[in-house]
Amino acid sequence: MRQGLINEGAMGRNRVIRRLGSAGLWLNPVFAYFFLWAPILILVLFSFNESRSVASFTGFTLKWYSNILNNVMGAESAFSTEIMLNAFRNSLFVGTVATAISTVLGTMIALAMARGRFRGKRLLDGLLFLPVVIPEITQAISLAIFFKVVFDWVALISGERMFPGFHTIIAAHVTFNISYVAIVARARLADMNPQLEEAANDLGANPWQTFWRVTFPLILPGVISGALLAFTLSLDDFVITFFTAGVGTSTLPVFVYGLLKLTVTPEVNAISTIMMVLSTILIGISLAMQGRNASRA
Amino acid sequence: MTNWLKRNQKNGSFLAAPTVVWLLIFFVLPLVIVLVVSFMSRGRGGVAELPFTLAHYERSFGIFSIILWRSIGLAALTTVVCLIVGYPLAFFISTRRRRLAQQVTLFLVILPFWTNFLIRTYAWRILLGDEGTINGFLIGLGLISEPLSLLNTQFAVLIGLVYGFLPFMVLPIFASVERFNFRYVDAAHDLGANDMRTFLRVVLPLTMPGVLAGCALVFIPSVGAFVTPDLLGGTKGLMIGNLINNQFGGSGNMPLGSALSIVMMAVVMLSLLVYVFANRRDTGA
Repeated sequence: MRQGLINEGAMGRNRVIRRLGSAGLWLNPVFAYFFLWAPILILVLFSFNESRSVASFTGFTLKWYSNILNNVMGAESAFSTEIMLNAFRNSLFVGTVATAISTVLGTMIALAMARGRFRGKRLLDGLLFLPVVIPEITQAISLAIFFKVVFDWVALISGERMFPGFHTIIAAHVTFNISYVAIVARARLADMNPQLEEAANDLGANPWQTFWRVTFPLILPGVISGALLAFTLSLDDFVITFFTAGVGTSTLPVFVYGLLKLTVTPEVNAISTIMMVLSTILIGISLAMQGRNASRA
Repeated sequence: MTNWLKRNQKNGSFLAAPTVVWLLIFFVLPLVIVLVVSFMSRGRGGVAELPFTLAHYERSFGIFSIILWRSIGLAALTTVVCLIVGYPLAFFISTRRRRLAQQVTLFLVILPFWTNFLIRTYAWRILLGDEGTINGFLIGLGLISEPLSLLNTQFAVLIGLVYGFLPFMVLPIFASVERFNFRYVDAAHDLGANDMRTFLRVVLPLTMPGVLAGCALVFIPSVGAFVTPDLLGGTKGLMIGNLINNQFGGSGNMPLGSALSIVMMAVVMLSLLVYVFANRRDTGA
């Protein structure tokens, strides 16, 4: 049906394309794809460059990669394999905990918004939408100031000084993740037939049984997608983590930022390439899982 | 049945409560604190203290207005460039006849996006630096003898922002074009409209929701950008995000940083209002 419409519209479509300038319309994607891909490909290319220069490619080498693994870098460099691996572990820890909490909270609010009837739902809609649109830096500094104020009060009352660390990073990540989980889970709930729940109820299931036996299995793919999205956002976040991290709790992006700020070195190109490959694999796996879930549901 | 509904009604608010409490503590309260702090004086070490003052807002709109306007200008320019590049690109993708070609062309837009934002921005440092790839290439060709200063300029920030947010423009427009029925073009032609008129009166209005959404999705994060100007802009490309960040270092000024944040949020809210208004007028709702 749809294919038919397109074919019938083909003549008109061709005319519009012609008018917009068929040459321009071909040049535009060529330029756009070049623009999107050239920086990444050049970054990868120069991670294999024999000389330290990024101006010309002189020969192939893997020495920058072996430098990373063997911890051989210039004396002035802040890099150490151990610190990098530690930052990676921190990232995984923060991501896992923040994802677990935000998935539960996000799914609960999605259920409440989809099925519940209570006052202030429109206001709640706005509250859920805000963390998505507010600039990261605003959220970052508001949390930084908030934790400082809270810690000052705690010190004043109990005499004990608290410091930012995993708890502050995780609290921050949960806060920005909730909205994303809720959006994804709500989309799934909206597709679900509410009569299934009514049927379960009519057949004598209590709300608890209805939820675990009917609702939850049906929205599970949405919950999993939301959790994967939250985990990805958590692993990727730099700005908010930068402002809420404490000593020794830097995540991988915060560590990488420290390296990038300093200088352009071949080792940094190599680390960037490794990170690109890793995140591509990670997202590839999550997409494959989502695909499986979607086809099963 | 009514019993079931009633129970669910109660459950509804009960389910919402923990999340609402969380967001009130970790999202609303911090923003309220920022608002209060923005009216306080700067104490020793850059922290906030009484009495209340409007000085930080005066400075935000006074000596810092140049950076405020630069941020808005760069974000607007980023939006325009993304629209010019992204609109035809979205058409290109959605008019691929074979499904595979469509998926591949779309995938090629999304894939670079999976790389960490820091690394994607850093890649432009390699390209734009004085001893970078572009200068090396041009000098190698003999076109220039001295390197062009590309890095640490507003131009570099613009490139970085467009690079960072182009997919935000392409994807919503692509969704709009996908819904567009190309028979309307035939109808417009049959009714005597020329191509230009058909585009302006039929194609553009019907893909407007995607255009508006794309513009909002690009403009908002661009105004608040911090990483891009930080890595590519130097002092010449300083944006409001960097200015806010600088207030939280050693010689910082938290109340000033808070005031700048509130101003930035006001700009974002204003642009959201414009979006909602334009969208409503567009859909005629």
